[in-house]
Amino acid sequence: MIKLIGIVVVALGFALRFNTLLVVMAAGIATGLVAGMSLNEIMGLFGKYFVENRYMTLPVVLMVPLIGLLERYGLQERAEVLIKRARSATAGRVILLYTAVRQISVALGINVGASGGAHASFVRPLVAPMAEGAARAQHGGLPEKTVQAIRAQAAAAENTGNFFGEDVFIAVGAILLMKGFFDTLGLAVSVWGMALWGLPTALVAFAVMVWRTRVLDRRIAREVAEAAGRRREEEK
Amino acid sequence: MTPVPLISLEVFYILIGAVFAAMSARILATKSHARRLGSALFWALLAVIYLFGKVLPPAAVGYLVLGMVALAATRQVQRTTEAGPERATRVASAERLQNRLLWPALIVPVFAVAGTLLLGRIQAGGFSLIEPKQAPLIALGCGALLALAVAIRTTGAKIHTPLEEGGRLLQAIGWALILPQMLAALGGLFARAGVGAVVADLVARTLPTGIPLVAVVAYCLGMALFTMCLGNAFAAFPVITLGIGLPFIVQLHHGNPAIMAGIGMLSGYCGTLLTPMAANFNLVPAMLLELPDKNAVIKAQVPIAVVVLAANMLIMYFCVYRF
Repeated sequence: MIKLIGIVVVALGFALRFNTLLVVMAAGIATGLVAGMSLNEIMGLFGKYFVENRYMTLPVVLMVPLIGLLERYGLQERAEVLIKRARSATAGRVILLYTAVRQISVALGINVGASGGAHASFVRPLVAPMAEGAARAQHGGLPEKTVQAIRAQAAAAENTGNFFGEDVFIAVGAILLMKGFFDTLGLAVSVWGMALWGLPTALVAFAVMVWRTRVLDRRIAREVAEAAGRRREEEK
Repeated sequence: MTPVPLISLEVFYILIGAVFAAMSARILATKSHARRLGSALFWALLAVIYLFGKVLPPAAVGYLVLGMVALAATRQVQRTTEAGPERATRVASAERLQNRLLWPALIVPVFAVAGTLLLGRIQAGGFSLIEPKQAPLIALGCGALLALAVAIRTTGAKIHTPLEEGGRLLQAIGWALILPQMLAALGGLFARAGVGAVVADLVARTLPTGIPLVAVVAYCLGMALFTMCLGNAFAAFPVITLGIGLPFIVQLHHGNPAIMAGIGMLSGYCGTLLTPMAANFNLVPAMLLELPDKNAVIKAQVPIAVVVLAANMLIMYFCVYRF
């Protein structure tokens, strides 16, 4: 039970709003100490995992110079102009379309977003600006919190499409991991069985995204109306 | 024999290290920066880890990380006050460049897809171009660099402009940039310390798993909760399946292991949607999208995860004991 101290430290530290890095490091040190490691060993493990996981910042650091440059020269403004031509486009529909494309392509075994990479290659430069552009084309200027809600939903669509499309394809890591797990236990379990039973969940996940993107579109309309109301109040 | 890769991710780490070093130097030269020395030191330490991470002893890296955490916790790491260009300037530029602005943004995904599918297959005489497992990231990296070259050409920007703009965005992200790696390290430490077995044992002992429905709920919930702790459904799967799934669903109630495992893993993914521990899926996108609330993506995913998890339990309950 004492080994769960790290989870307690994280929960308390987050609740008390300490610096997140400090909380994580403290949780790691506490967990290591109760497991009988020395401080040097714990620092060694932190160093080892930190270096091994350098790949995690790679999409961010390599994409920001490009994004910064293109945005300085008006990428988002151009995306708005283009999406205005598709009259029926809304932020929610753009995001839902992306979810469908992502789920289907992943289910067919085309996964380009391993380890969350698609957030950098698809969501940030294309999906989010298109969704924002669709909302601006529909409503004009957007309040800052609305822009943030659209972006967060675009990222959520990427994760949802990725996770719940993936297991329908038999050659993915998850299915192979499960197969290997059962093999070592001497249980014969078919990969197709595991993959096909991923279908109902995949459909449920898409239905949930239909609901969430509609909620998003209604939320955008409401927040834009509220902001317009406030502006009129101020003018009076 | 496995072929020897010619290009590895290390090349990109050195490039990234150079970006951090340039940022640090720029901050040091900005006299108006609110926390000039602390911020410059933070990015310099990170540059050292990226440039020399492979050759430094792990404990030394650990202490460098400790130093960065200390700087962040004492509020020494802050963003620059330099502002980006005005909207009017951007609109004018967008009108001038038209669709040429979009090409670089399209190069990245196209190159990422093509590169992922092709780069890993290029090999000759005992050498391969890259390590096949690293194909997605290397393809993304090459795509980003290629797109950057095209973007500089079309916009006519100075060569240091992307570095300045990128540095400004990275400073806005600040110390949170290393949070994913820190959480991965914490997950690794949890696994080393055997936190998993304790959680599985706790769930198995406190719930009446003798009832078929309870066994299903305990397994799905166990997968989700444990994934939330570790940030990784793959790490949760063996622990929870051995601790709850196999003894109760398969052996006690004769459930179908394929259905259990398939839907169980998807329940774990619901946990992935809910946790900052899965930083590359949840926190990194929040940074990329410049969201001030680091948990904004997780918050958007709460309704999705809850509904899909509930649906998983129902689907498993109605199918696992029947087929």
